[in-house]
Amino acid sequence: MFDLYLNAAVGGALTGLVYGLMALGLSVIFGVVRVVNFAHGEMMTAAMYGAVVLAQAFKLDPLVAMAPIAVAMFILGYGLQRGLVNAFVTRPEHTQFMLLVAVAIILSNGQLTAFGPDTATVQVDYALDSYQFGALIIGKVQVIAAATALAVSAALFAFFRFTLTGRAIRACADNYLGAQVVGLNVRHLYGLTFGIGAACLGAAGCLQLLLSNVTPLQGPSYTLLAFIIVIVGGMGSLTGALLSGLLVGVSEALAGAMFDPSAKSMFTFALLILVLLFRPQGLLGRRP
Amino acid sequence: MALLEVQGIGKHFRGLRALHDVSFSIPQGAIHAMIGPNGAGKTTCFNVIAGVYKPDGGSIRFDGKPIDGLRPDQICRAGIGRTFQVVKPFPGLSVLDNVVVGALNATADVAQARKEAMRVLELLHLADKAKHPAASLTLPERKRVEVARAMATGPRLLLLDEVMAGLRPTEVDEMVAVFRRVNQETGLTILLIEHVMRAVMALAQHIVVLHYGEKISEGAPQEVVNDPKVLECYLGEEAL
Amino acid sequence: MKVLLAGLPPRAVVALGLFLLLLLVAPWVVNGYLLSLLVVMLYFAYAGQAWNVMMGFAGQLSLGHSLYVGLGAYAAAMMFTKFGVNPWVGLLVAVATTTAMGAIIGFLAFRFGIGGVYFAILTIAFSEFVRIGFDHWTWLGGSAGLFLPVANRSSNDLLNLRGAPVMFYYVMLAMCVAALAFCRWLLGSRLGYYWQAIRENEDAAAALGIPVFRYKMFAVMISSAMTAFAGVFYAFYYNNLFPEQIFSMGRSIEIILGPIIGGLGTLIGPILGAFVLTPLADGLSELLQWAGIDVPGVKQVFYGVCLLLVIVFLPNGIWPVLARRLKLEREH
Repeated sequence: MFDLYLNAAVGGALTGLVYGLMALGLSVIFGVVRVVNFAHGEMMTAAMYGAVVLAQAFKLDPLVAMAPIAVAMFILGYGLQRGLVNAFVTRPEHTQFMLLVAVAIILSNGQLTAFGPDTATVQVDYALDSYQFGALIIGKVQVIAAATALAVSAALFAFFRFTLTGRAIRACADNYLGAQVVGLNVRHLYGLTFGIGAACLGAAGCLQLLLSNVTPLQGPSYTLLAFIIVIVGGMGSLTGALLSGLLVGVSEALAGAMFDPSAKSMFTFALLILVLLFRPQGLLGRRP
Repeated sequence: MALLEVQGIGKHFRGLRALHDVSFSIPQGAIHAMIGPNGAGKTTCFNVIAGVYKPDGGSIRFDGKPIDGLRPDQICRAGIGRTFQVVKPFPGLSVLDNVVVGALNATADVAQARKEAMRVLELLHLADKAKHPAASLTLPERKRVEVARAMATGPRLLLLDEVMAGLRPTEVDEMVAVFRRVNQETGLTILLIEHVMRAVMALAQHIVVLHYGEKISEGAPQEVVNDPKVLECYLGEEAL
Repeated sequence: MKVLLAGLPPRAVVALGLFLLLLLVAPWVVNGYLLSLLVVMLYFAYAGQAWNVMMGFAGQLSLGHSLYVGLGAYAAAMMFTKFGVNPWVGLLVAVATTTAMGAIIGFLAFRFGIGGVYFAILTIAFSEFVRIGFDHWTWLGGSAGLFLPVANRSSNDLLNLRGAPVMFYYVMLAMCVAALAFCRWLLGSRLGYYWQAIRENEDAAAALGIPVFRYKMFAVMISSAMTAFAGVFYAFYYNNLFPEQIFSMGRSIEIILGPIIGGLGTLIGPILGAFVLTPLADGLSELLQWAGIDVPGVKQVFYGVCLLLVIVFLPNGIWPVLARRLKLEREH
């Protein structure tokens, strides 16, 4: 029994890191642009379909497809911010929300129209390989996905800490007016931020495709998952997002193993409700 | 007996000492002013009186009853109206409706509240703007809407936070006349934070000076402006 | 009556009267398909009006209103199928249930100062939480659904809400008219003024003596109570309930599209929005079918594009612009 839970917990933690990377994208966008990307799950679904198409057409492994997909998602994110979202940055929250709901509706149903209602998946030849440590058996894809998610997250942290652009973006997040005063091109930086968030999401989508399949209308549940992870971790906190992704992954897996797999998201929602009530700033967030 | 009695209140924000051991009192029917350089703690003091922040220590009595620790809405209903330094009108509502919301504090009857709101608007020379959306007003007008809203709640003490800022001298004189008239006719007690010394000198019978969160002087206007400590705190700031 | 129409220019009163008359005689003119479409339009007009109380009046964004529809529907359907209680009594149970749910969510959120986006996500979370709960509650059918005995469609039994579509149409119309009058009354009362003050600026509202927490609770509870009516209607009109459908986030979004497109915070907005969106979407489906294009999702893409266009070009919705053009605005 303990072995079962151990396996579930470790598997959940590995999946959780991919969730974390997905949520990282949302966190980056919210932390800087102060807009909640309600089309997050739909955008990730788009990335997953992109990877499916690349695999079918060119036999590209999703891990390889990650590079072109991330670039494409960056362009999509940058364009979305400059073309649509930017005009809404100073509008009331509910209008921003509805704008992105509209984008989400268009994206998810566009995918439904383009790819049909069936699930799609990519079969890699190492899909069934696994490593065994005593009673612990972990799938090779899970290990690869988690390690890659960690590497991408590390690259993102490094970008924000060490590069000039990354620091400029952080300056915008801290003080919008101040950033404008010192002559930063805030519009461009916002676009970059949205693009970077979307690129993270693209990478997360490719990794998620190794772990699960994709359906056109799955977007909202991933959007919700990303929100929950970000809120639990603390809005704007990058380490918080990663940590809470891990937490949600483990809680999902354990709930699935102990109770009923279909009830697993109930635990995630319960986690969210608890955090919102008792620590609304999130685990690692600062109180506004 | 004093209408408002502030006794030794203090307020910290994390490491910052915004207010320290501040005491003063305002008799019924008086007009007092609070001055001091920027960041002296004047607005914090207002927010503590108005219930936005709980004081770390000390006591506040209004009409003999303790009011510290009450919520802002309870303090308003106790009879203290206030304006905000950074104006917070209801932008989507008309000027009249802004003031009606205030007037509904004194009566649940909307028709009567509208009448009262109109009366206050006329008093503040805003009647011709009654139907305009509040978002369309200039900043000085918005400040006047805030005053109107606060006055419509039927307060016994009015806290005015820099409502003269940005007004031309003639407009300042107009506002001074309005407050003086209301004070004389209804006995409304007023405490104002103000940088416009023209208004302070014309209205206030008594001035409290704050500097770095502490009261450094108080007294009649002429005494206070000649107090070397007051001069020093202002000049010291200028010298920076 | 007089109070409700006060301040409206005569032409607006006439327009409103004509519109109501049109709706009253419609069942004699239209065919069965159009009648069912009208029922859906009225349903969304009503549900939108109920949601509008919370968001449009009081500024609290709920993205989980399907929760109240679902709870209302299940409560009344449970009373009917399990205990043989008629829907009008069941309605009381439904209202009590949704109001209690709204009060719980509101209490938890507003006590801890949760607002804006956080509040919206909390409403989704609760709605999803309850959906999964109902999915596993086998006594009420679980994910396999709860079914009401199919109505005898020839005789009308208003007491048990069993009957022909025309009966449902008039019930729904009566609900819409009542909701409109009720909301008009709310908006003109102290409650309405206080809600709008809270929507515009909470700090300033509190400084004017408004107990913000209490009035936000009123908003959630009244809105969720009103939504229960829509749920009961849904249960008895469609005769089947699936947690997957009735509690879904998509349903919540469908409810709020109307008021947003029609005009948030206005009284006519929810009605206008529903009357524009429903036929548009349905007409498009018909058109696509006629053209032989049977691809899933096209209709929703169109929905999304409409929403996008309105949000970008008419951020306050259609009604404020239309009312000004047609000189139908209320005089202050």
